[in-house]
Amino acid sequence: MTVTTPKPAAAEPGPVQKPDLVTFSVDGVELAVPKGTLVIRAAEQAGIQIPRFCDHPLLAPAGACRQCLVEVATPDREGNLRPMPKPQASCTLEATPGMVVKTQVTSPVADKAQQGVMELLLMNHPLDCPVCDKGGECPLQNQAMSNGRADSRFQDVKRRFPKPVTISTQILLDRERCVLCQRCTRFTEEIAGDTFIALQLRGAEQQIGRYDVDVLDGDARGGTAVDRPVGEAYPDTSGQPFSSYYSGNTVQICPVGALTSAAYRFRSRPFDLVSTPGIGEHDACGSAIRVDHRRGVVMRRLSGEDPVVNEEWITDKDRFAFTWQSAPDRVTTPLVRDVAEDGTKGELRPASWAEALEVAANGLSAARTAGGVGVLPGGRLTVEDAYAWSRFARTVLGTNDVDQRARVHSAEEAAFLAHSVAGTGVGVTFGDLEKAPAVLLVGLEAEEEAGVTFLRLRKGAERHGVKVFAVAPYASRGLDRMHGTLLPAAPGTEAEWLDGLRTRLTGGLLPPEAGSALLGPEIEALAQPGSVILVGERLAGSPGAYPAALALAEATGARLAWIPRRAGERGGVEAGLLPNLLPGGRPVTDPAARAEIAAAWGLTGTSIPAEPGLDTTGILDALSVGALGGVLVGGVELADLPDPAHARRALAAAGFVVSLEVRASEATRYADVVLPVAPPVERSGSYWNWEGRVRAFPAALDSSALPDHRVLDVLAAQLGTSLGAATPVEAHLAVAAPGPWTGLRATAPGGEAGEPPVVAPGHAVLASWRLMLDDARGQDGEAFLAGTAKRAVARMSAATAASFDVYDGDTVTLATDRGSVTVPVAVADMVDGVVWVPLASAGCRVHDTLGAVPGDLVRVERSEA
Amino acid sequence: MTLTPILTDTWDAERSWKLSTYEAAGGYDGLRAALAMEPGAVVQAVKDSGLRGRGGAGFPTGMKWGFLPPPDGGPRYLVVNADESEPGTCKDIPLMLTSPQHLIEGVIITSYAIGCHHAFIYVRGEVLHVYRRLLAAVEEAYAAGYLGKDVLGTGYDLEVTVHAGAGAYICGEETALLDSLEGLRGQPRLKPPFPAVAGLYARPTVVNNVESIASVPGIIKNGADWFAAMGTEKSQGHGLFSLSGHVQRPGQYEAPLGVTLRELLDLAGGMREGHELKFWTPGGSSTPIFTADQLDTPLDYESVGAAGSMLGTRALQIFDETVCVVRAVSRWTDFYAHESCGKCTPCREGTYWMKQVLHRLETGEGTDGDMDLLLDLCDNILGRAFCALGDGATSPVTSSIKLFRDEYQAHVDGHGCPFDPSAAALFLYTPKSARTPALAGAGGHR
Ligand SMILES: Cc1cc2nc3c(=O)[nH]c(=O)nc-3n(C[C@H](O)[C@H](O)[C@H](O)COP(=O)(O)O)c2cc1C
Ligand code: SF4
Ligand code: SF4
Ligand code: FES
Repeated sequence: MTVTTPKPAAAEPGPVQKPDLVTFSVDGVELAVPKGTLVIRAAEQAGIQIPRFCDHPLLAPAGACRQCLVEVATPDREGNLRPMPKPQASCTLEATPGMVVKTQVTSPVADKAQQGVMELLLMNHPLDCPVCDKGGECPLQNQAMSNGRADSRFQDVKRRFPKPVTISTQILLDRERCVLCQRCTRFTEEIAGDTFIALQLRGAEQQIGRYDVDVLDGDARGGTAVDRPVGEAYPDTSGQPFSSYYSGNTVQICPVGALTSAAYRFRSRPFDLVSTPGIGEHDACGSAIRVDHRRGVVMRRLSGEDPVVNEEWITDKDRFAFTWQSAPDRVTTPLVRDVAEDGTKGELRPASWAEALEVAANGLSAARTAGGVGVLPGGRLTVEDAYAWSRFARTVLGTNDVDQRARVHSAEEAAFLAHSVAGTGVGVTFGDLEKAPAVLLVGLEAEEEAGVTFLRLRKGAERHGVKVFAVAPYASRGLDRMHGTLLPAAPGTEAEWLDGLRTRLTGGLLPPEAGSALLGPEIEALAQPGSVILVGERLAGSPGAYPAALALAEATGARLAWIPRRAGERGGVEAGLLPNLLPGGRPVTDPAARAEIAAAWGLTGTSIPAEPGLDTTGILDALSVGALGGVLVGGVELADLPDPAHARRALAAAGFVVSLEVRASEATRYADVVLPVAPPVERSGSYWNWEGRVRAFPAALDSSALPDHRVLDVLAAQLGTSLGAATPVEAHLAVAAPGPWTGLRATAPGGEAGEPPVVAPGHAVLASWRLMLDDARGQDGEAFLAGTAKRAVARMSAATAASFDVYDGDTVTLATDRGSVTVPVAVADMVDGVVWVPLASAGCRVHDTLGAVPGDLVRVERSEA
Repeated sequence: MTLTPILTDTWDAERSWKLSTYEAAGGYDGLRAALAMEPGAVVQAVKDSGLRGRGGAGFPTGMKWGFLPPPDGGPRYLVVNADESEPGTCKDIPLMLTSPQHLIEGVIITSYAIGCHHAFIYVRGEVLHVYRRLLAAVEEAYAAGYLGKDVLGTGYDLEVTVHAGAGAYICGEETALLDSLEGLRGQPRLKPPFPAVAGLYARPTVVNNVESIASVPGIIKNGADWFAAMGTEKSQGHGLFSLSGHVQRPGQYEAPLGVTLRELLDLAGGMREGHELKFWTPGGSSTPIFTADQLDTPLDYESVGAAGSMLGTRALQIFDETVCVVRAVSRWTDFYAHESCGKCTPCREGTYWMKQVLHRLETGEGTDGDMDLLLDLCDNILGRAFCALGDGATSPVTSSIKLFRDEYQAHVDGHGCPFDPSAAALFLYTPKSARTPALAGAGGHR
């Protein structure tokens, strides 16, 4: 979204330039392609498929497998056609004017060359297609049929390898199937930057291998592991234990069955699978995925292809974490809590929809009269659901006490979202990140919190020289791989940095002690047209940071985008799942905005409350003191809330709790009525990704489970109101119904940076964020994936460690009055006086155990454990 | 025909490798002359001399230097290819051992000519003694003011780094060499970009053979015409001819290009006593073999090419009638299978297959179809591989089957090798009791 009046140069893309076209021919077909187009790609346009293995459109050409050989002639200076003496690899050859290409279709030479290469590839191949995962969708199998000899002349001894090599708990490698195309290693080098496998040895012994002291003479760089996975992990080529969030992509691009996933290995045949496109539900990127299922069971997920969003890559979480949707604790029928004569609450028991809806409706209307009902829908809804929730809150419950944020949040953030995010449509895009002169990340660890966004940033940094800066307490491996620059900041000091940058970039003078004054001239790229500031939801915990980011954007002309962690939050902002917002960015306080929404919703008698409501914390506070009569909860994990203990008390105290849930959870434990809802795979819908792009997906599995909007629709009907969200189509149309808001936008948030806390001896400031793979329920039931999650460590600077008398590898206890966590120390180059731990990893639940949030002071002690 | 000892001139001198020996014989006059010239004039002189690359391909050296883009203020590099590993090729190593200052003077002149301030000499890993000698020679040159800051007071700076490889034939291929020098796996790079545009550390780079560079001082000192006067019309100058095998006096013979094997054999005292020439390689194992029919073929690029082979590195491996051609080709193929870098399918898999077929043939387990199979495999490798190593691997196989098909057939029909290996040995021959299995070292079953 653009928050400033855009400078013309920044906003207007230059006139679209027609690329120079090159005319040449393939098998007699005249083609005109942009200059620089590879012959193999151009031939596809003519419908001619040249066989290939190493070629991949998103990787740099390698020319290694030699399967794509074609005959080529080019005109010389006089225009006479000169045949090239040998067949050429069409995957490395750019088309030139007048070039004449003959593929296997018209050239016996090319055909024989291809058959020769194919025979050589197959001669050492085990030909174990009947037991291979790839059989049926294998480029080697298919192209051996289309471009190979009918039989092999190889009578000799095949190369064999012990099988398989365990690359991680999740990825296995059967070397004898490998055709050494190097797609996997090129992916790790060029795309992910976590080189966990590499080519080793040479000649016929050449193989893909993990780091191996016997092969590499033990010259590992050593040092302490920065990120160590939970499960078995071998060192990668840098000597670090292998940990990658993207390794699953290598399984998908491997043109044979050499790389397989432990979860899917030997599980099914491709031709038994039904494929349905989907959208990754684990982050706000909206990655295109493909859901492959068999007889109602999801067998695997693959990356979809979407050049403007995730290209062909997805995170391992989007790929492997899907069993949560069919976990044994799925709620399959409505549940109603028995209440004894004396009013004491009993157990939940299955109930009919009719009964459950009646009990829920009665309870909610009673609660509405008894102070009102708060609404906590959670951040994982589709946009259709979000609209239904928003409308249910406003019309059925008559309240603005609605907040989707099940995380650290602030009023400043709500104001920021209303001012700069809601109703702005598609703003900064993935493509913009790739070409920006500079990108500043604040409150966002892209690799952990928005996986494929990291890949785009890295691509930009690698291929287009995008300069990446991050305001963070330490330089993560992710930042290193983007060749990024750290602007070291203790939690809570983000605003200070942003203000300093603004002064610096607008030519102001900075006091010498200001960090930004020490920056090199490269930071000035941030003031160039097209630069981007990416802010994460964590800024909600840093007072003054959102306003400071806005001010910086305004001063430099940089464009600003907000990247939340959860898939539903951007859509939720749009739908008004915030106490200060109605759909489309309409401020609740604006009468015209309320009138538009009332009209869109066909409201006549009732009116939408004019005052902003309570946010998540406010709702929980009100519940615990009885100021609210009840609560309607969606997919909220209480442990995710900034103070889970408080949330539990609040729900226990609540007069009436209705929970819409896919699976039994802590929230359902407190519920009076539980209404089951469908997980993404069993329903259609759409997410809005952080770009603001609509990411629609169909239902993959047939299911009787109902989406949220349908459940809310019948609940509203029970209460005598129509929600207009009975069917997916209706719910989808309802999203567009209010139309764009042309009135005044909410005013920009004010807010001052807080005073940094005084760090008493024995204490440190807590820094924390969630890792991509952690203790979340979305990853339940996937042991192989869990093995690749990073272990919890307490990161601190050497000086800070020394002040607690601990060294790298020792163990420390972080404690508050509430509780303590004990984790190993990892000394890192980072700001002093700060300790970082993962927010919600196994054995390290910061909110739950410590009752603390980032920026708080925690006690730190050496632990002998 | 007489020899033209230029690079080999001082090989017999007392402590020939010392700088003082080299200087006493007029060494470094070339450098002084070069430093008095414009760099462009030095390039022109080398162009005019007709010097062609001595590393195998015979590309005109001056023209290669001329391909460098105009200076842009950034670094540009000279990399000397001293990885000499081609079977039969053994000229650069004795040159560096006996007269390393020849190379170093050449490096300085060339660097000056192309505007390079940091040159690298990439030496084959196994030849530790040469590596040491080069290090000592470079040290001597630094001490004498030929290297370092302000070379001979001219204001020109040059650093030289001698780097030892890890011993891989493929690292002699210029782009694999550059990768190896950068600390990566030694595998050839995709071209373009060519090294002249983006070579070492993606900067403009000239890669030349040791002998090419060592020939430069003479050209500058004596003039392009002096050099061009030697040799033939299109193959000018002097070159080292390395005779090995069944000759009376194997060794380095420095002669003008165009000399014939008959002349060289005369100089070398002829074939082994009582034996006659059967086949020979004109330029190392990667060049198709010749027989006595080519005794009078002038050893220049054009004539050797016209006769169906390549001048290559002028590594003349001479085999007399006691040698089994199948056995010789089989050993060469073992070499290629062992040295294939593995990057591309035709070479990696093709050499692995050919190696097994040749071992089969040699031990009498071949079949009638094996010769045609080999020829077809070669057809599927030659011109299909990523680099010239794969092409080279086919040369001995194709040429030997063409010339000696009957001998191959005899192995099939007789179920074994008709030759006595000890008759071919030049030294006491102890047959190995346990033959190395054909697959030793291949695959992961170790
Ligand atoms: C497999 C292979 C090995 C090679 N080995 C060498 C070598 O050891 N020394 C060398 O000078 N050139 C070698 N070359 C040739 C080089 O690639 C390159 O052409 C040469 O160094 C250029 O130098 P020149 O122009 O001075 O001959 C080899 C080429 C191939 C394909
Ligand atoms: S493992 Fe697969 S992707 Fe990797 S080199 Fe082998 S065949 Fe290619
Ligand atoms: S031909 Fe191919 S496998 Fe052989 S050395 Fe060259 S690149 Fe490597
Ligand atoms: S696809 Fe062209 S060489 Fe592999």
